[in-house]
Amino acid sequence: MNTWTDIFILVLVLADFRLLATSRLAAVIETTVLQAVALSAFMLTLAEKPWPLLLIFLSLITLTVKGAILPWLLRRAMREAGVQREIEPIIGYSASVLIGMILLGLSFIIFIPLKASVSAGSAFLLPGALFTTLTGLMMIVSRKNALTQVAGYLVMENGVYAFGAALAVEEPLLVEMGVLLDVFVAVFVMGITVYQISREFDHIDTDRLSELKD
Amino acid sequence: MLINIVLIPALLGLIALVIPWKKIRRGLLITGGITHAIIIACLAVYPKSPVASGAWIGLDSAGLLFLSITSILFLAVSVYTTGYLGREGDRKVLDSVEGFLFRNEPEAIFIACLLFFLASMSLVCISHDMGLLWVAVEATTLASAPLISFHRHHRSLEATWKYLLICSVGIALALLGNYFLAYAGHGKIHLRFDDLISGATSLDHAWLKASFLMLLVGYGTKMGLAPMHTWLPDAHSEAPSMVSALLSGALLNCAFLGIFRAHCVLTAAGLGRFSGELLVFFGMLSMAVAAAFLIRQTDYKRMLAYSSIEHMGILSLGVGIGGLAGTGAMLHAVNHSLAKGMLFLVSSHLLFIYGTKKAGDVRHALKKTPLTGVLWLVGFLAITGAPPFGLFLSEITILKGILDSGRWAVAVGYLLILAIIFIAMARIVLPMAFGLPERETSSAPPVKDYREPVWLAGPAIALAAAVLAMGLYIPAFVWKFIGQAAFIAGGN
Repeated sequence: MNTWTDIFILVLVLADFRLLATSRLAAVIETTVLQAVALSAFMLTLAEKPWPLLLIFLSLITLTVKGAILPWLLRRAMREAGVQREIEPIIGYSASVLIGMILLGLSFIIFIPLKASVSAGSAFLLPGALFTTLTGLMMIVSRKNALTQVAGYLVMENGVYAFGAALAVEEPLLVEMGVLLDVFVAVFVMGITVYQISREFDHIDTDRLSELKD
Repeated sequence: MLINIVLIPALLGLIALVIPWKKIRRGLLITGGITHAIIIACLAVYPKSPVASGAWIGLDSAGLLFLSITSILFLAVSVYTTGYLGREGDRKVLDSVEGFLFRNEPEAIFIACLLFFLASMSLVCISHDMGLLWVAVEATTLASAPLISFHRHHRSLEATWKYLLICSVGIALALLGNYFLAYAGHGKIHLRFDDLISGATSLDHAWLKASFLMLLVGYGTKMGLAPMHTWLPDAHSEAPSMVSALLSGALLNCAFLGIFRAHCVLTAAGLGRFSGELLVFFGMLSMAVAAAFLIRQTDYKRMLAYSSIEHMGILSLGVGIGGLAGTGAMLHAVNHSLAKGMLFLVSSHLLFIYGTKKAGDVRHALKKTPLTGVLWLVGFLAITGAPPFGLFLSEITILKGILDSGRWAVAVGYLLILAIIFIAMARIVLPMAFGLPERETSSAPPVKDYREPVWLAGPAIALAAAVLAMGLYIPAFVWKFIGQAAFIAGGN
């Protein structure tokens, strides 16, 4: 059980680095699909076999929403906005990867004092999940393209979700479903807003949305 | 029974989305507001037994208090909205700031989202589970985003984008806080309030502290606590006024309820001091930031937005101190919502008449449009805590609570900031009401009917009367009720 858990977390973390390193939006969206697959698989590895039916159901739903529907929404928004890649990120790609390495180290250090009470299956789980959350945050603050930021939000949710996945066995299904539903609607509404922004402004660079200030 | 306050507005919203008849759709909005208010009144008069164990939803005093605020405000807003849409819905209108034509969002979407917004806020108030509460708070963000972009132009889109992204990211952190809370219970305690509070002593303290930090930052973003408040002035100034009123008077309170629940859990676990100090710190910081931005403010809608940040700071401060200040904070939440709702409604009429959000261009409002001018002044006095309005009473109660707990430095800072804000807002508002009229411009002035329509004046006067009444006399049962709400977190 532990080996597979570790492998899927490793996939999650490596995917984070790809997200930090690439400028192509299509690649970013592909990588979120990869993360969704890793997430839904690793939920299963945490439980003992035979897997509870509810868990299999939750894993499948996660895969469908995060691995198929949301990427589809993002791709559609990308087409409608006519944007292929991030032009000038606020923090460059190599610098992003370097910062990512530091964040990964920090994620491990942070959990040393909290480890005592962890019931999670793998020592990498919490640092990996935190690192994914931080990667998402990085993408939101260091990129200008609105769609990359939406993808960043998705990655951040993946990280938070990984924290929850460790508890999925005990936590009630209703909440997990609610969370998924909210994320879905969030990306949907963000997609619509991006579309409206691109129609109104002819671009989706959020740093140029700067009229409102004090 | 209880879940109806969520289901009925949601259902009406769905109907509003599909039917093609304008009149009926507006009727649905009012129906939603009235039905909601009636159900709340029934719930308040015939209190049910406390929450059944194992239930997802339930109504306790704090929930009922915030629910009542939401309901009253929504009722006022729904009356206003029907009139407003009659004037501006589904047609090309002139942007009052830059003077270009644009088309508003389809009315069906707007009304549906208003009703969904009401449903999700009600769900926040009755959630009895931290997970469900999170789902509901995120739902409020999503339901209100289309409301902010009602005016489909570049400024409102910018505001919507900031709101959507900043709040979603903030709320994602709150979800992290929820999971930390589950870790604190070693994955064995469910996130229901009862279970959390009864099992609080067995929670792991390190995780619990981490969890509270995340929840505070997450819900604090939504609530508009500094320094996570940056979306708030933009959203409040660009949204139509009744949406600003709902955001300010109802939504911010709902987000606060999330923090309040977490604070209750920490208090039960014996960490009340830790969470209380954090609340005091963020409360003072928010008040100070609001004061700083109010001093040089030129836009009167942004002024109201910063004033909301100030009052959220006061709430946070009061609950953080606890005791009498906690009770005062609950009372303050009611007063602030009533006063701020009224101010936003009145500001919409100022915007309509003068066609500008610049406070410097609004002059002589008392003469030009007497009722609006008077209400604007009344609102200003109420919101800055001048007697005899409700906010005076609640701010004094909080002050007494701070003094009782022996926090002299906090008390001095609190009074100082309140004084600064009073002066800063007076400098903006008084010239708007009294200032000399502009010299008549040579071109023919636009002919406008300056009188307030009933749909505007009615709700605004009702809210003003309510906030005045809250300052003159608070019935004993209301006191008892507010005391109960604060009691959970160690108020008295």
